[in-house]
Amino acid sequence: MTDLLAARAQMAFSLGFHILFAVAGMAMPMLMVGAEALWQRTRDPVYLELAKRWSRGVAILVAVGAVSGTVLSFELGLLWPRFMAFAGPMVGMPFSLEGFAFFTEAIFLGVYLYGWDRVSERAHLLSGLMVLLGGVVSGAFVVCANAWMNTPTGFDLNAAGEVIAVRPLEAMLNPAAFSQVLHMTLAAFQAVGIAVAAIHAWVLLRTPRSRFHQAAFALALLVGGVASILQPLSGDLAAKQVARNQPAKLAALEAHFETTEGAPLLIGGWPDEEAEETRFAIRIPGALSFLAHGDFGAEVTGLSDIPRDEWPPVAPVHLAFQIMVGCGTVLMGVAFLGAGLAWRRKRIPLDPRFLRLVVLSGPLGFIALEAGWTVTEVGRQPWVVRGFLRTADAVTPMPGLVVPLVTFSLLYLLLGVLVLAMLRRHVFASPDAP
Amino acid sequence: MLVDVAALVLAIALVVYVLTGGADYGGGVWVLLASGSRARQQRALIEKVLAPIWEANHVWLIVVVVVLFACFPPAFAAVTTALHIPLTLFLVGVVLRGSAFVFRHYGMEGAAGRRRWSRVFAGASVVTPVMLGVCAGALSTGTIRVQDGLVTSGFFAGWTGPFAGVVGLLTLALCAQLAAVYLAVEAEASGLPALRDDFAVRGILATAVTGGLALVAALLSRGGAPGLWEELTGSFGAVIGLPAGAVAAVATVLALHRRDVRRARLAVGAQTVLLLGGWAAALHPHALRPDLTLAEAAAPTEVLAVTLGILGLGAVFLLPALAWLFRVFEGAAGER
Repeated sequence: MTDLLAARAQMAFSLGFHILFAVAGMAMPMLMVGAEALWQRTRDPVYLELAKRWSRGVAILVAVGAVSGTVLSFELGLLWPRFMAFAGPMVGMPFSLEGFAFFTEAIFLGVYLYGWDRVSERAHLLSGLMVLLGGVVSGAFVVCANAWMNTPTGFDLNAAGEVIAVRPLEAMLNPAAFSQVLHMTLAAFQAVGIAVAAIHAWVLLRTPRSRFHQAAFALALLVGGVASILQPLSGDLAAKQVARNQPAKLAALEAHFETTEGAPLLIGGWPDEEAEETRFAIRIPGALSFLAHGDFGAEVTGLSDIPRDEWPPVAPVHLAFQIMVGCGTVLMGVAFLGAGLAWRRKRIPLDPRFLRLVVLSGPLGFIALEAGWTVTEVGRQPWVVRGFLRTADAVTPMPGLVVPLVTFSLLYLLLGVLVLAMLRRHVFASPDAP
Repeated sequence: MLVDVAALVLAIALVVYVLTGGADYGGGVWVLLASGSRARQQRALIEKVLAPIWEANHVWLIVVVVVLFACFPPAFAAVTTALHIPLTLFLVGVVLRGSAFVFRHYGMEGAAGRRRWSRVFAGASVVTPVMLGVCAGALSTGTIRVQDGLVTSGFFAGWTGPFAGVVGLLTLALCAQLAAVYLAVEAEASGLPALRDDFAVRGILATAVTGGLALVAALLSRGGAPGLWEELTGSFGAVIGLPAGAVAAVATVLALHRRDVRRARLAVGAQTVLLLGGWAAALHPHALRPDLTLAEAAAPTEVLAVTLGILGLGAVFLLPALAWLFRVFEGAAGER
C-alpha cells in the first residue's frame, strides 16, 4: 500500500466514522428537546423518561464525536500539510465559527446533562435548544469548509501561485455551500430520525403496548419522515449546483461519457472507463438534461470533454450515487406511506406490517449518508481543492502511514462496537416500569 | 501588529486550555494515584467534578488548532509534519481519555467494567499531557528545520531528546498540580473537609515535583534548547518572570498548607500563566525557531482580522456562558 493510499484510507475512515457521530450530535438533541418540551406541556412521565434516555444517547454520541472530530482537525495537517498550508486562510473563517458553535454545544450540554435539578425548567429546556442549535450550526460551518474544496472562491493567486487577497466571507459562502449545507442538515435528521424510529419499531413488534416505545417511535418517525420528504428537493438543488460548478463530478456520478444535448438519465448500469461507455443501464431520455439544467434539451458535459488526468474514478462514484438516490427514494416512500396511514387513522400507524417496513428501512438513511459523502469526496478526485491542488501533491512526506491507518482503524472499530452496546443498554432498552 | 495580536490570542488559548483541559488530565492522574482510606471518595469526587465541564474545557484545544491553522498555516503544516509521531500518540490519548470517561459513566454495570474504564481513563490522562508537553518542548529546541515551507529535519527531530522528555513530564506534573488545587477547592465548596485536606497535601507534593522538573528543564535547555536558554538568561522579561513564577509556586504551597484553597487556586493559576507565558514569550518572534518567524508564517491580514473578530465576538457570548456553567456546578459534588 502506498503512503498516499494509506493517507486517503485513513482520512476516509476517520471522516466516515466521525460523520456517524456528527449527525447524531446534530439530530439527537432535536428528539431530546422535543420530548422534554412535550413533558413540560403534558406532564406525561413517559416523555420525561424519553428525554432522559435520549439525553444519555446524546452524551455518549457527542463525546465520541468530539474526540473523533479533534482527531480530524489534526489529521488535516498530519496527513495533508500542503493542503492546510494552502487552504488554511480560506477555511479559517468557517472553522473559527465552528469552534464557536461547538463551544456553545459543549457548554450547554454540560448544563443539560447534569443540571436537571440545578437550573429552572425553562433554563434547562433552553439549554437543550442551545445544544441543538450549536450542533446544527457547527455541522453547517464544517460543510461550508468542505464546499470550498469543491468550489474554491474568495482568493487570488499571483504569478508564483501564492495566495494573495483572501476574501474570507466569499470563500465561506462559496457556490456549493448553501446546497451542501441544506442537503447535509436534512440528511442528519433523516438518518438519525429513521434509525431511531426503526429501533423502537423493532421493540414495538415484541411489546406493542409499551407507551414509552410508542411515543419514541412517533417522535422519531416525525423528525425522520419530514426530513425524508424534503430531502429529494434539496438533492435536486445540490445536483443543479454540481452541474453548474463541478461538471466532472456530475459526469462521473451520472456515468455520462459523451457530451450531448438532451442527455438521458441512467439508472443502474456499470461504467467502463476504458471503452468510455456505460453498459446495462436503464436510460430515461432527456431526463439528465432536465435534472441538471431544468431543460430537456440542455447540453450536459460528458467525461470525454474533460482531460483524462482530471477524471474521478467513475465506477465507485456512479455506484455510490445510485445507492444514495435509491435509499433516499425508498425513505421518501416510507415517509409518505406513514403520513398517509396516520392521516387516515388519525393516529400513529402501529400495525406490524408498517413497523416491519420501518425496521427494514432503519439503516438506509445512514447508508445514503455515507454514499453521499463518497460521491462528494471521491467525485472531486484527483483534486483536494478542485482545480488548484491535487490530492497527491497535498500528502505528507511522512513514511509508514499504514501504521496510523491501522491504529486508528482498530481504535475506531473498538469504539464503534462499544458505543452500540452502550446505546442498546442505556437508551433503547425498555424502562423497568413501562 | 495584527500578527502579534493573533500570536497573543494563540498563547492565551493555549494557557486557558492547560488551565482547564490540562487540569482535567490531572484529574485522571489523581484517579490513578487515589490512595488512603478515602481512595474511593477521591475518585468519586473527580468524576463528579469533571462530568459536566470536560467537554467544554476540551474545546479550547480546538480553538488552539483552528487559530494556528487559520492564522499561521505554514507553521501548522510544519509542526504537524515534523511532530507527526508524538501528535498521533497525543490524539490516541485524547480519543481514549474522552471515550473512556463517558464509557465509565454510562458503561456496563458492575464494578469490574467501571474499574477497567477507570484505568483506561487514568492511563490516557497520563500519556496525553506528556505528549503535549513533548511537542511543546520540541518546538523550543530549534532542531526542527524548515526550508521553503518543507520540513527538512525528518520526523524525529526535537521531540526525541531529553529536553523535550523533561518538558513532557513537567506538563504532566503541572496538570496534576492544577487538578489537585481545583479538587481541593471543589471539596471545600461541597463541604468535604477530609477530601479537601487529601488534595491539599497532593497539591503541595505536585507543586514540589513541578518546581523540580521546571528547574531541570531550565538547566537542560542550555544544551537542548539554546534559543530558549538565551532568552531565559538574557531577556529582561525572564529576569522578572522566572522569579515571579517561583514566588507563585511558593505561594501555592503556603496557601495549601494553610488550607486557604481559593488563594492557592489563584496562585497556581498565576504560576501557570507565568510558566507558559515565559515559554511562549521566548519563542517570540518565531513561530518555529529558527527558520519560521510569525510574520513569515502569518496568513493575509484580512484573514487575521476576521478570525480575531470572530473570536472577540464569540468571547462576548461564550465567556458568560462558561462562567454560568462553572457556577451551576460549583459545590455540586457533595450531593447524593
